[in-house]
Amino acid sequence: MTKRSDGSGAAAKGRRQRTLSEAAAEGRAIAARDAVERTAYANAAALASHDSEQSAGSGEFGFGGTMRRRDFVSLTATGLLISFSVKPLEGMARGRWNPANLQRPSPDFNAFVHIGADDRVTLLVGKIEMGQGVMTSLPQMAAEELNISIDKVDVVMGDTDLCPFDMGTYGSLSILALGPVLRAAAAEGKAVLMQMGSVKLGVPVDQLEVVDGILRSKADPSKRVSYGALTGGNRIERKVDGPAAMERVGDFTIIGISAPRRDAPAKVTGKAKYAGDIIPTGALHARILRAPAHGATLKSVDTSKAEAYPGARVVRAGSLIAVLHAHRDEADKALKLVVAEWNPSPSVLDDKNIFEHLEKHAPAPQTGRPRGNVAEGEAAAADIVATKYLKGYVAHAPMETHSAVTEIAADGKVTVWAGTQMPFGVQSQVAQALQLPPAKVRVITPFVGGGFGGKSVSNQAIESAVLAKAAGVPVRVIWDRSEEFFFDGFDPATVVNVRAGLTREKKITFWDYEVIAAGGRGLQEFYDIPHLRTNTRGTWGTGSGTLHPFNVGPWRAPGANANIWARESHIDALAAKAGMDPVEFRFSHLAGSARMATVLRTAVEKFGYKPKAQAAKPGQRANVGLGVALGIDAGTYVAGIAQVKLDRATGEITVERVVIAQDMGIVVNPIGAMQQLEGCVTQGLGYVLSEEVRFKNGEVLDKNFTTYTLPRFSWVPKIEGYLIANNELPPQGGGEPAIVLMGAMIGNAVFDLTGVRLTQLPFTKERVKAALG
Amino acid sequence: MPVSLTLNGKPVTLDTGDDRRLLWVLRDDLGLTGSKFGCGIGACGACTVLIDGKATRSCITELKAVAGKKVTTIEGLATGDKLAPVQEAFLDHLGFQCGYCTSGMIMTGQSILNANPKATREQVAAGLERNFCRCGAQVRIIDAIADAAKAPTAGAQK
Repeated sequence: MTKRSDGSGAAAKGRRQRTLSEAAAEGRAIAARDAVERTAYANAAALASHDSEQSAGSGEFGFGGTMRRRDFVSLTATGLLISFSVKPLEGMARGRWNPANLQRPSPDFNAFVHIGADDRVTLLVGKIEMGQGVMTSLPQMAAEELNISIDKVDVVMGDTDLCPFDMGTYGSLSILALGPVLRAAAAEGKAVLMQMGSVKLGVPVDQLEVVDGILRSKADPSKRVSYGALTGGNRIERKVDGPAAMERVGDFTIIGISAPRRDAPAKVTGKAKYAGDIIPTGALHARILRAPAHGATLKSVDTSKAEAYPGARVVRAGSLIAVLHAHRDEADKALKLVVAEWNPSPSVLDDKNIFEHLEKHAPAPQTGRPRGNVAEGEAAAADIVATKYLKGYVAHAPMETHSAVTEIAADGKVTVWAGTQMPFGVQSQVAQALQLPPAKVRVITPFVGGGFGGKSVSNQAIESAVLAKAAGVPVRVIWDRSEEFFFDGFDPATVVNVRAGLTREKKITFWDYEVIAAGGRGLQEFYDIPHLRTNTRGTWGTGSGTLHPFNVGPWRAPGANANIWARESHIDALAAKAGMDPVEFRFSHLAGSARMATVLRTAVEKFGYKPKAQAAKPGQRANVGLGVALGIDAGTYVAGIAQVKLDRATGEITVERVVIAQDMGIVVNPIGAMQQLEGCVTQGLGYVLSEEVRFKNGEVLDKNFTTYTLPRFSWVPKIEGYLIANNELPPQGGGEPAIVLMGAMIGNAVFDLTGVRLTQLPFTKERVKAALG
Repeated sequence: MPVSLTLNGKPVTLDTGDDRRLLWVLRDDLGLTGSKFGCGIGACGACTVLIDGKATRSCITELKAVAGKKVTTIEGLATGDKLAPVQEAFLDHLGFQCGYCTSGMIMTGQSILNANPKATREQVAAGLERNFCRCGAQVRIIDAIADAAKAPTAGAQK
């Protein structure tokens, strides 16, 4: 078991002074050997020439790994290139995962692994790095299979010209779904090299071993040849679409270690490039005229004053009216000079009446796999608890607003640098917008400054492309914070109605669950409940057509935050009804899920949780409350216990301590997994305590962080994460599981302390005060 | 009106309009893109630079306000080839995820240490209260800066 307690967070390596060049060496693979987009940087480098050290350094770091096309061609002219295809997960090529049907048909090749004459390995994957750490963990997986040290593995990510097609980076799938593909491709690479080595050395394959990329005879280690020497001078290509023999867990030496994050040196020196940092020669910022409300239409516009602003240009392209200027702050000023009149939005919805609207207008229910017969179960109930749970819209609010820059070359080739979770989707959309074949559009994804699902839609990239074409110069679109709040595809407001009953023996006899607008994620049932029905009315992917007044979309563990909050709150309410301790009550319904029982037991032990003398009575814990919650997300089983304090006068909840235990199968990079766990807990404080989008008549009233409050440093509890070793299971998703527990853990802890059940997220001070009465 | 200042240890004179915002002069005119745009109103801290050693939100700072002052950005925090202790500590503790707020966190951390080289964990946390990290790296950011406070040269003013 891997553990990290608050305060002991140093990376595995000891403390020492690094030089910049050492730091660069550590992070070298980021840049895929110094192959930055020189054209893009030329301008910035020239501008920065007052300080030559600064411009010289950028080539060492670059961003999420890209290289010039001709570098790629020369790289792959020789050496071994393995392409590996996998069938997409069922349903992922359609429907909500592919809303506009813009993605290419799959299957396609999902991973390329190249082994060069220089003994370096290059991975080319369509995933992107947005902080979740896959730039480090994917190379770990390949290095493991190839028996080569991780620092010999480079990675190129999210470049549509170089990388094989990928649906996008979401759903905790990079390790879960791409990981096996990459491992198999690397394993196939090793198998091919073993064959070649066997011929070259005259030693049978089964008498060869590989040590850090060098094949040698087990009997006579002087008979040896490196991977690079085997491939040198020849172009060898293999396409694989079946399983390959992979390393056994017990033999792992690289998977399972906390390999240093490859993005670290670039990120602590300010050299990491995001889309807004790419400045092609002659690029102009675009600030786009925006409606004040969703549904408002333009009545009249006068751009003459903006046109007269020194250095400004006004460009119209389709429905876009934009002010262009070399300097962003001056583009802001010029945009303010545009005088526009708007017809008001027809929307009459606001953040108060939205729930009634959703209940009334959500689509007809879809019933998930039912169990037993709910009516029969209800007849057997001695006690019934029925509750309506409400949750507001939540913004993604990544620190990097949606940003992109587009440059169109003289030959018509379009290059878009975009902060996106879906580079291939952007490629299709830009091609469509410019009426070009996709091959004429290249999307490059630099580092992404947070996504959380919100950058699976990337309209800023289309805007920059359309404006670049209209203006005839490269155009940068960096959304303002108010645009980010306005155009975000929010986590939808959700209503959950639960009715459930207990037998006289304190067993749940039936469970009748209806969720509106959140979909069914998180509802995989692991409790022993004989009669169960789940009705889903609309999902987070349901368009904004009539149901929502603006866009909604996937938000870290989409739908699961609402569902698991409601489910685990209600389980807690049933425990209280039964007069049982909530942990004991849960254990008494986990006979059918040993894996969940194990994570709960681990959380209970690590927390030091003790049942109260009188389980049903609030208080009794010296002014703190404890709340437990369980969930399954992206194949990971997770249990958590939170300890909270409450200021009854103000209604302010303080979360003091959170213990999370999770079984995520094989852990590829323990520190990376722990960072994700901590991030889930910390980010989760927001949707639980403060985050809720205020809106009225199509206008999003929250326009910046002054009214929409993200978790602050003072809110962060002591976080203790425990990763349960489960090497029987391939790696499962790690980016989202712990966040789904936050609502129920905190709400249940408040109940433990006060006996009051909070039924509307977020638990703002005002709501808590009102609930306490 | 041209504005003269010391930027990352070197004198510069900028003739680009003295009412321009420092953040965009750094990013667009000088190519120093390590300081980030996050909110534009000084609320999130992603644009933080040091002015005479003190953390300042460059997105709401006019260029003329830094005339004659010492401005340090993330690009100028290392001394020659050596990372500052606070940068080292961010590497050791992995005080970031997406990295977008990181420059601002490091510059704020340096400012905290400049004012109080022996800052405690609690003092560090209090000094970061007006910075946002959306990924949830807060615990490690606090750990990093508190750890840097133990380095002998933590408060070497930039």
